[in-house]
Amino acid sequence: MYLTDEEKSILDGRHGVGNMKAMELLVALGKAFDAEKLIPISRAHVALSGQEGDTYWCELLVDGGARCKVPPTTNPSWDVETLTKIYDVTENERELGERTIDVYRRIGAKLTFCCAPGLGTNVPFLGEHIAFSESSATPYVNSVLGARSNRESSVSALAAAVIGKTPYYGFHIDENRAGDFLIDVDAEMGDPYDWGILGYAVGKIAGTRIPVIRFNNLRKKPRPEDFLYFGAEAATSGSVAMYHFVGITPEARTIDDAFKGKKVPPSEALIDQAALNEHGAAISVGETGAINLVMLGCPHYTFDQIIEVEKLMDGRKVHKDTAFWILSSIDTLVLAERSGISQRLERLGVRIVADTCIDEPCWKSFEGGLGVTDSPKCAYYRERRGQPFVVRRLSQCVEAAINGRVM
Amino acid sequence: MDKDFKVYKCRCIVKGSCSGEAVVSKDPMCFYLCDPKTGTVIERNHAIHGRSIAGKILVLKSGKGSSVVQVDGFYQLWVKNNLPAAIILIDTEPVIVSSAVMVGCTMVDRMETDPYKVIENGDHVEIDADNGIVIVTKKINNSGITN
Repeated sequence: MYLTDEEKSILDGRHGVGNMKAMELLVALGKAFDAEKLIPISRAHVALSGQEGDTYWCELLVDGGARCKVPPTTNPSWDVETLTKIYDVTENERELGERTIDVYRRIGAKLTFCCAPGLGTNVPFLGEHIAFSESSATPYVNSVLGARSNRESSVSALAAAVIGKTPYYGFHIDENRAGDFLIDVDAEMGDPYDWGILGYAVGKIAGTRIPVIRFNNLRKKPRPEDFLYFGAEAATSGSVAMYHFVGITPEARTIDDAFKGKKVPPSEALIDQAALNEHGAAISVGETGAINLVMLGCPHYTFDQIIEVEKLMDGRKVHKDTAFWILSSIDTLVLAERSGISQRLERLGVRIVADTCIDEPCWKSFEGGLGVTDSPKCAYYRERRGQPFVVRRLSQCVEAAINGRVM
Repeated sequence: MDKDFKVYKCRCIVKGSCSGEAVVSKDPMCFYLCDPKTGTVIERNHAIHGRSIAGKILVLKSGKGSSVVQVDGFYQLWVKNNLPAAIILIDTEPVIVSSAVMVGCTMVDRMETDPYKVIENGDHVEIDADNGIVIVTKKINNSGITN
């Protein structure tokens, strides 16, 4: 792997231990994937998690003198100040939450605490070389915006942000972005939930391959939330970091375009309405009955989705034994407050919190009870923490909140 | 017995030299599903479920699972001193490489002969990652004859 004199001197430790560690990681990755060199990046997003291993890595770099050359936006942790007033956490959990915020502040990150950077806080252009971690963000910026990012881990994205470079391999190279196989979709597709189910189905077939999807009965073009739900689920049930929608996404104006000159293979699967319904039914199995929590916003809810919640609530109140939380970004929350929607929802028992992920210790007082969400990804990760979730379409989540029960 | 060893070339991913007993996993691993206090694999239905990887030379198919939990899995084993001594990797992927670099866990790949064919559970393996060398000494079974 070719390194410039400056890159070599960073690797030799002449720019401090923090920079050296970050460079060691980039070079190890570059060598492992036969990258010829490092290339500059213009943006980064770090999937900060609030887990000890991740916080340790950031401390190792910053205490070794490293600062970010390209300030990365960050994933959510949890809103320690607000949520500790409402819910119990241990002293250790609170301390780790505060330590995480402090260390990412010191290294020079933009503390956006939002898992959907491509929708607002960190939006790359077509062809931009970037380093994005967060499994739902990478497919969005690659496929929908046409930027170039590998499926970074939180540690490799932070190393790239510190050095301002990433190894040149994988999705940075044009020919590696070509589609690998074709799927036909005859289902009509409705709200983001349908797109999530489709993503779940496609991820299972894809594994790590790049799917090309041909829609035959689409009623309207997908919106940002639809793409986000599709990518989040395709990266949960499979390892999809790049996909093409024929005639929709920028590197797939035509089907030949999507395969970049490779022979277009015969369609590997047909997903019609019945197949989509079947996948939906498989995802939504589980308990029914009394619930203690409705949780939306995995990935973070947009302003338009919050408007949709208010419309569906239709002035009715949330059941007294049920909490209803919407997780979103700080800019959306401020906008919702300024526009009055946040206050109106709160009077009905629906609260919006920023900076927070579903997979954090602040939610543990709900464990042991049943939750409802519109996100299969939320259900998947909460299961590990001892709270089963049933997955329902948004309109059904709202009815469950009002009745305090899920059917 | 001393002379009954074979030397293989490999590629270095994370430097270091060490030796130990081989544990061979044909499944990919998420290190978050190891008990950090013992290094025992607790993932159900896993090829090496119930075995400890602490201090061992782990022959491993690949990594798997979310990047965040893989990183934390390595970290938790590292602080408890229960990481493998080294990992011989078959299919290299970015997250496991990142995790190993973070904690300095010696790692090699591209062994010149398929590791599954020449390394078995219990063999004694020496690794000199800096020079790209793996030395395998076959274990001796009860009859005193090498396998």
